[in-house]
Amino acid sequence: MSRQPIAFTGARLVDPASGYDGPGSLVVADGRIGEVKHGDGALALSSDVRVVEARGALLCPGLVDLRVKTGEPGAEPKETLKSAARAAAAGGVTSIVVQPDTDPVIDDPSVADFILRRARDIELVHVYPAGAATKGLGGKAMAEIGLLREAGCVYVTNVDRPVTDSRVMRRLLAYAGSLGMLVAHRPADPWLANGAVANESEFAGRMGLASEPVAGETIMLERDLALVELTGAKLLVDQISAARPLESLARAKASGLPVIATASINHLSFNELDIGDYRTFCKLVPPLRGEDDRLALIEALASGLVDIVVSAHAPAPAEDKRLPFDEAAPGAVGLETLLPALLTLHHEGRVPLARLIHAVTLGPAEAIGLEAGRLTVGAPADLVLCDIDAPRLIDAAELISKSKNSAFDGRRLQGQVLMTLVDGRIVYEA
Amino acid sequence: MTALAPGVEEVRARTFPFPGRHFLSVNDLDPVQVGALLDLADEFVALNRQRAKKIDLLKGRTLINLFFEASTRTQSSFELAGKRLGADVVNMSPRASSIVKGETLVDTAVTLNAMQPDILVIRHASSGAASLLSQKVSCGVINAGDGAHEHPSQAMLDALSMRRAFGRVGGLTVAICGDVLHSRVARSNVALLTMLGANVRVVGPPTLMPTDVGRWGVETHHDLRTGIAGADVVMMLRLQLERMQGALVPSTREYFRLWGLDREKLARAAPGVRVMHPGPMNRGVEIDSDVADDLGVSLIQDQVEMGVAVRMAILASMAARLDNR
Repeated sequence: MSRQPIAFTGARLVDPASGYDGPGSLVVADGRIGEVKHGDGALALSSDVRVVEARGALLCPGLVDLRVKTGEPGAEPKETLKSAARAAAAGGVTSIVVQPDTDPVIDDPSVADFILRRARDIELVHVYPAGAATKGLGGKAMAEIGLLREAGCVYVTNVDRPVTDSRVMRRLLAYAGSLGMLVAHRPADPWLANGAVANESEFAGRMGLASEPVAGETIMLERDLALVELTGAKLLVDQISAARPLESLARAKASGLPVIATASINHLSFNELDIGDYRTFCKLVPPLRGEDDRLALIEALASGLVDIVVSAHAPAPAEDKRLPFDEAAPGAVGLETLLPALLTLHHEGRVPLARLIHAVTLGPAEAIGLEAGRLTVGAPADLVLCDIDAPRLIDAAELISKSKNSAFDGRRLQGQVLMTLVDGRIVYEA
Repeated sequence: MTALAPGVEEVRARTFPFPGRHFLSVNDLDPVQVGALLDLADEFVALNRQRAKKIDLLKGRTLINLFFEASTRTQSSFELAGKRLGADVVNMSPRASSIVKGETLVDTAVTLNAMQPDILVIRHASSGAASLLSQKVSCGVINAGDGAHEHPSQAMLDALSMRRAFGRVGGLTVAICGDVLHSRVARSNVALLTMLGANVRVVGPPTLMPTDVGRWGVETHHDLRTGIAGADVVMMLRLQLERMQGALVPSTREYFRLWGLDREKLARAAPGVRVMHPGPMNRGVEIDSDVADDLGVSLIQDQVEMGVAVRMAILASMAARLDNR
């Protein structure tokens, strides 16, 4: 099926594959990138081409978000695949990886298949399932990783339930690694974190909130790194959140271990004090840490120590959030705010724009082997056009997500998505 | 009938309206406002010692006690305070209400709010519950204890007990001993006593201390003997056995040996030391009966009496604020 070709002229192209950040034009044809021209020169275009004058707006690959929760199947009042896909399109996110902690859990190829079929019917953004690392996410026995891979799962993870049994984790890494399947694991010591709802600090102590120390994250990360060393398999460290574990990560990377790491946009944007008067929208897993930790994360993102930024999109309806802090569900929605929140780090002069874009496009695409994430001729035309200076006041009530639990509610951000394309199709236009 | 107790108009004239609609934290008041509140409470102590204890200050007002955690003394204290000021008082307990049917805290609050109460007194096991409630209702909310966060009326009654025993609070050395980690009484008392210029120490094993408690503006001690040395007031906290998640201390008998207050340890405190406890006491765990029942040393009965008076003063100050609105 051929569509009308689209040409973007006068854009600011940012291509993480070539490192180019400058003026240029780009033509989309047959769902792929047909032509890329750097500089101000005009394109020779045929008359059937729709021309979009970018007027200096950012044109970059569509975002690839490795950590998205929806409620489908099993908890559709929170979020459906369709509402998540619409939210993603509005946020410039063209590929999402849904987490396996659905009901039923994605530990069976048929569930992965269900999600892929639903995504095809919805026909908005690319949806990829992540498989459960262990059966039922129970942490005891490996899931059918080979079959999950064949069914289209792009990595395996135990999501928010750490694999505490080191022998299981060792086998997971070795077995999945041999199949070329990436294992993601969020480092947390479940005993130190037992019952905790906040970061251990003077603040949590004053607020009377049960808290977990950063040491829990460090302990589990060090174990995981030792197992990576033992098995030689690749590990995706899911949502590193504090300065001390970053030191462990830096040592591992320096010694050549095959480790990559993500940070959530929430931990790059907020610190524990944003909980303020028990704001449950800022109750997250891992908990928001101190400001020093946030600044260390930003520095690690700039240097490339943290490879990838995720939205950690976790919808929770009002009835799960409008509760006392320790009873409220954790998590925040993030698909629609990922890009503008990330741009804050550019506007504040903390991280170069090209590096930020890399961390949400080529970085995650390469981690799971997608051809998206680059402005290369022949690559899929997954693109986002964004006015990076446009001011916005985030109003959670206006979000497309079914759940409105945005930690950014009431925040002033810059960056308005003007158009999102998936395989050359316009899936969102402001 | 003595002439000591004040009449309605006198009390009105001496009541400082609260600055805010709710009373959730000790920090809602400044030291001058605290002083005024304690002065007013002193008047109510006199009233409460009369045969006729009632004045019509809150006539026509409705007070709802919403206690999600079992409580004898705080709930009856607020109930008596409301009744002595002439308010209509309703007690709600979660077992009798629809909470057990799955209704959330906010739903319950909104439902009760629709019945047009003037003041809602809430106790809940979660830190921040009173604050959450206050954002959803149009009446005034009093925090009668939220999780491990605050219990401001307790701190006020403790301050009143100290002020009546010593004539002042500023300059006193107060040792708060025991399970500080789980104690909202400790948090509210640290905030209030430091505000009023007392020297505050917290004393207990490190497993029962909040993180970075040293940054609260208090001295930290892990040895009871040195912790209460020279103290004017020793405030023992209840060892909250029901809140222990895992073994924070090896046993109650070891706890009593190391952290329980008895005569021998108390001898290290300042001459004229007074002992306090917010209740209910675990006798033989954090405090020896010999100390607790010695009326020459113990202020524990005074605390209960001051509780009613302070809560009357809180209700009066809150009603004054509602009148001015």
